[in-house]
Amino acid sequence: MIMPYKWLNDYVKISASPKEYSDRMTMTGSKVEGWEEVGKEIENVVCGRVISIVKHPDADKLVICSIDVGKDEPVQIVTGATNLKEGDLVPAALHPAKLPGGVVIKKTKMRGVDSNGMLCSIAELGLTLHDCPYAIENGILVLPEEYGKPGDDIRTVLGLNDVVFEFEITPNRPDCLSMIGLARETSASFGLPLELPKPQIKDTHGNISDYLAVDIECPDLCPRYTAAMAEDIVIEPSPKWMRERLRDAGIRPINNIVDITNYVMLEYGQPMHAFDYSCIEDNHIIVRTSRPGEEVVTLDGQTRAVADNTLLITDPKKAIGIAGVMGGENSEITENTKRIVFESATFDGPTVRVASRRIGMRTEASGRYEKGLDCENTLPALMRACQLVEELGAGKIIGGIVDAYPIKKQQRRIKLEPERINSFIGIKVSRDEMIRDLTALGFQMDGDDILVPFWRDDVEGFADISEEIARLYGYDKIVATSFAGATTMGGLTLRQKFERAMAAACSATGFNEAKTLTFIGSKVFDQLCIPEDSDLRKTVVISNPLGEDQSMMRTTTVHSILEVMARNYNQRAPYARIFERGAVFLPMLDKYGKADMTRLPVEKDILTISLYGNGNFFTLKGCVNALLSSVDVSDYEYVPCLDNPCYHPGRCAMLETREGKRLGYVGQIHPTVAKNYGIGAEVYMAELDCDALFEMSNSEKTYTPLPKFPAVTRDLAVLCDKSVYVIQLEKAIRKGAGKHLESLEFFDVYEGAQVAEGKKSVAFALAFRSFDHTLTDAEIDSYIAKILKNLEQDCGAVIRV
Amino acid sequence: MKEQLELILKQGLEEISSATVKDELENARIKFLGKKGALTQILRSMGSLSAEERPVLGQLANEVREKLTSSIDEAAAHIEAKAAELKMASETIDVTLPGEKMELGKKHPLTIVLDEIYDIFSSMGFSIVNGPEVELDYYNFEALNIPKNHPARDTQDTFYINDNIVLRTQTSPVQVRTMEQQKPPIRIIAPGRVYRSDAVDATHSPVFHQIEGLVVDKGITMGDLKGTLEVFAKQLYGNDTVVRFRPHHFPFTEPSAEMDVMCFKCGGKGCRLCKGEGWIEILGCGMVHPGVLRNCGIDPEVYSGFAFGVGLERIVMRRFNIDDMRQLFENDLRFLKQF
Repeated sequence: MIMPYKWLNDYVKISASPKEYSDRMTMTGSKVEGWEEVGKEIENVVCGRVISIVKHPDADKLVICSIDVGKDEPVQIVTGATNLKEGDLVPAALHPAKLPGGVVIKKTKMRGVDSNGMLCSIAELGLTLHDCPYAIENGILVLPEEYGKPGDDIRTVLGLNDVVFEFEITPNRPDCLSMIGLARETSASFGLPLELPKPQIKDTHGNISDYLAVDIECPDLCPRYTAAMAEDIVIEPSPKWMRERLRDAGIRPINNIVDITNYVMLEYGQPMHAFDYSCIEDNHIIVRTSRPGEEVVTLDGQTRAVADNTLLITDPKKAIGIAGVMGGENSEITENTKRIVFESATFDGPTVRVASRRIGMRTEASGRYEKGLDCENTLPALMRACQLVEELGAGKIIGGIVDAYPIKKQQRRIKLEPERINSFIGIKVSRDEMIRDLTALGFQMDGDDILVPFWRDDVEGFADISEEIARLYGYDKIVATSFAGATTMGGLTLRQKFERAMAAACSATGFNEAKTLTFIGSKVFDQLCIPEDSDLRKTVVISNPLGEDQSMMRTTTVHSILEVMARNYNQRAPYARIFERGAVFLPMLDKYGKADMTRLPVEKDILTISLYGNGNFFTLKGCVNALLSSVDVSDYEYVPCLDNPCYHPGRCAMLETREGKRLGYVGQIHPTVAKNYGIGAEVYMAELDCDALFEMSNSEKTYTPLPKFPAVTRDLAVLCDKSVYVIQLEKAIRKGAGKHLESLEFFDVYEGAQVAEGKKSVAFALAFRSFDHTLTDAEIDSYIAKILKNLEQDCGAVIRV
Repeated sequence: MKEQLELILKQGLEEISSATVKDELENARIKFLGKKGALTQILRSMGSLSAEERPVLGQLANEVREKLTSSIDEAAAHIEAKAAELKMASETIDVTLPGEKMELGKKHPLTIVLDEIYDIFSSMGFSIVNGPEVELDYYNFEALNIPKNHPARDTQDTFYINDNIVLRTQTSPVQVRTMEQQKPPIRIIAPGRVYRSDAVDATHSPVFHQIEGLVVDKGITMGDLKGTLEVFAKQLYGNDTVVRFRPHHFPFTEPSAEMDVMCFKCGGKGCRLCKGEGWIEILGCGMVHPGVLRNCGIDPEVYSGFAFGVGLERIVMRRFNIDDMRQLFENDLRFLKQF
C-alpha cells in the first residue's frame, strides 16, 4: 500500500519527519517498507514564460527562445520543439539542472548559439499523458495558465514535492489498505486527532428507485450491495489534484468517473465500480453465481470462461462483471456514457479469491475483497463517490440509493479484562490507558464491554485486544523475562544422540555431509535401471510441481547422491566421500497395490554414504562397520545380493540382522547406472535404514572385566571351492568353535600356484580364551577338530597342509 | 716379568685406544685378556715365581687387567655412542614433507548451525521433536487458523499432493501434533525441511529448513517470549547483538511479532545489506492463538504459550557470508570442505 504524505494530512495533521514517521508506524504494527521523495531527481527546473521565438540562423529545425524565469534577465534556450508560441508557460531546466534518470542539463552552444538550459517534455520530467492529459507526447509540456508563474519550482507546480510511504499491510488488516485506515493508525500511534470526511450531496434529481432494482440471489456470498446513480455525465480528465494524488499512490489516472472509483477505493479501502446504465438490461442488477460454461468479456477485452460458482454481477440477459474482480466490457464507461451506476458492495472473500485465481487475474479490488471487507463501509464510500461527482462537475446525482443488505451485521462485543491482559503480555497498563488506545483505534466502550468496529473483523477475542494494547504500548517496552513454571527435561533423546553419533562417525571416516533436494522425476527410475514393476516407482506425486523433473518425492536416495557424485566428478575432484541423512517417501499401498494417497506416506530416514576414487568395496564396508560400531550396532551380517538393479551384481551385499531383517545395502553402483550419471569411476554406495539401526543400537553399556587367563591363538588355513563365501566358512567355524572362541579374524585369501584350479585358500586367526582357567592344548585340539568337521560338512573345505 | 707386564699394559692401551669399531676392540680384548691372551699367559706362568715375587707381581698383573678392562669399557661406550650418532645421521628425514592423508569429513553448514541451535535450546529445557514432511492440510493449515481459501495460503506457494495432503510449508504443524499428544508444560523445538513452490535462485529454494519453537504452560507471557528469543539471538550472534520486536501478523499467533536484529554491517544506520532499514528480520513469533490451543484440546483460559519459527538458511548464509542459497544444495566438495 502506497500512501502520499500530503494525502494523509487531509485526516491527521502530522509533521513528523519521514524517518520518525516510518519508525513509529513500524513499531505500532504498520510496517513501512520504505519511503521516497517524489520528484527528488528533479533540480533547478522552473516555470518559464516564452517571451519570444526566433528562428535559428544556422539550423532549420531549431528555434531560439527567450524565456522569462522570474529573474531580471530572460534566459536564452534553444529548442527543436515546434509546439511553442509566445506567451506559453513551460518547464525550463536552467543551468545546471537535474532530471529523472540522472540526466544533467548544462549550458551549451547549439549550432553556435548559446543555450542556457532546456525546455522539458512530459517524458523528460518522468510523467505520462495520464498525468498531464492537456499535454502532447512529442513536444514541450505547455502548462495551463493557472498552474503557476515564471520562476516557480516545477516540483511545486506539478505536485512533485511529496513523500510517499510504502506499507507492508498484513492480510488481517484490509482496513489499512486505505488512506483512512492508515490515518486512523497514524492518529492512534501519534496521539493526534483524526478528522474523517463527511460526504454530503447538495443537489439531487429524481429517485433511483425509478431507474434501478438490485436483487441478491446468494446473500451468503454477497452480504451487501449498495448502488447510486448519476446522470448528465461529462467524461473528461479529472482535476489536477486528483490526478496527482492517484499518480503518487501508484494508480494511473484515466478519466473523471474511473478516477473517482479509484480515489474512493484508496481513500476508504472499498472497491467501487461504475457501470454504463444504458448497458444494463431491464434496469435490473442481479448478483448470482455463474452458470455452467458462462463467459465474461472483462474490461481488458479478454474473454474469460468463469468457473462454476463464480459470483457474477448480471442483468437478466448477461453478466456485466465478475464480482470483486473486474467489470465487464459490455457495461464499460465510454465517452458516450450519460448515466452511470456506482456499485459499492461486499462479497465473500474466499469466493472472490477462487474466482480471481481461476481466471488468473488479481486486481486492486480482488486483493482487498479476498481479505474480507466491512459491510458498513459500503455506504460511506458510495456517498463519497457521489459527492466527488458533484464536486468535479462530472454529472448530476439521482436521488436516493439502492441498499440490498439482507442480514444486518452485528457489532462484536469483547469483555475488557485489564488484569488478564497485563499478565498475559507482561506489562502494567492502566484500564484508562487501555481505553484511550482502543478508542483511538475506533473501538467503543459499553460498560466493561468493548464494541469492535465493523472494519476490524480480525479482532475476535481477548488475545486480539491484548495485541492492540501491546502494540500501542510498544513491544520494545515489554520487559524480557525468563519463564518460570514446571521444569522440563531438555536435551537430546536417545534417537537424536544416535543420529549425532552416526554423523560424527561419517565425518571421522572422511565423509562430507551433503543436503540434497528430495524431489525427483520419473526419468530417474530409468537412469537407475529400476524395473517397471518395482515398488520404488510408486511415488507421492505433486499436483502442482515446478517441473517434470521435480514432480514427485523420492523413494530412493541413490539418485540424489549420484547427482552429487557426478557434480564433483565433473568438477574433476579426483576422489569424493559424501554422506546424507534424509527421508525417502514411500506411499501406503491400497489393496490393488497402488499408491494410496488418502493416507500419509511412510517417511523413512536413510543414511546414504558414497565414495569414488580413494577406496573400493572393502573400504566402504570398513567404514560402514566403523559407523555401526560407533552406535553399538552389532549382530548384523552381509549377505551377497545379486538382484539390486542399481548395484553391480557381483559387488553388492545386503546388510541384515541375524534374523534376516534388512538394514541396508553396500555395494558398487552398477557400471551402467554410473554411466547414466556420467561418472567414469567406480562409485561405491551404502544405504542404511536409520530406523532399523536405531532399534538395534545398544545405548546401555556395561563393563566386562579384563581377562585373567591367557588366550590361545591358532591360525587355520583351509582349501575350498572358489564359489564358497568367506562368511559361510566363518559360520562353520563359529558353529564348531564353542563358547571359548574369543575372536575370529580373516587374514588372507589366496588362489594360484600350489592351489588347485577352481579352489582358494582362506586363512583365519582364531583366539580362544576362558575366563576361569587357562585352556589346554587338548581342549583347543578338540575345538579345532569340530571346526574342521563343520568346515568339511558345510562348505566342503579342508585344512591346507 | 714385570717388564713384560708393563709392556702388555702399554701395548694393550695403545691398541684399545686405536680401535674404532667394536670388532677391533674385541680383538684387542682377546689378544690381551682372552683365554689365550698375553696377560693370561703371564698369569699362568706365575707358578714358577718365588714366594716373594708372586704377590708383588700378582698385584701388578691384577692392576694391569683392571686398567685394560676399564679402558675397554670406556672405549666400547665411546664407539657405541659414535655408532648411534652415525645411525641417526643416516636416518635424517625431510620433516617438511607432507604428512599422510587423514581427511576428516565436514558437517554441512546447515547442520553446524542447527546443532548450535539445538544446544542453545536444550540448555533451556527444550526438547527436539520431528514431524512429517508430507503433511495433512489440516495440520499445515486448518488447525493453525488457516482455512481453505484463506489469503494466507497461496496455491503459488504450496505444493499440493491432493486436496488434503500437502508438502508442509512450515514446521508449525509440529506444534499442533505435539500439543495433541502432550499436555503442558511443553517446551519443544522442531527443525526440518519445508517446501514452497519457489523457483531456485540466489535467495530462494523450493526446499529449505525451518526451526519451530513452542512453549506452553500456565502463566507464559509475551515478556517470556522476548526473554527467550533475546537469549537465543545473543547466543547465536554474540552478546552485543541488539534485537527488536515489532508487531506483525500470523494466523496462528496473537499477538504476533517479528524479531529483527540490528544490522551487523551498519549498526542500525541503514545500508545496502539491510535495505536502508537498519534492521534485519530474523524470525516470526507470537503468543499461541487461543483458537489453536483449543484445536489441540488445551484450554486457553488456563494455559498460554508462545511459538516462533526461524529460517535456517538465512542464518547460515549470514554466518558464513554465503551469497547464493544454491550453494547449500549443490554439494560441491570445494564448498563443503570449507566448513
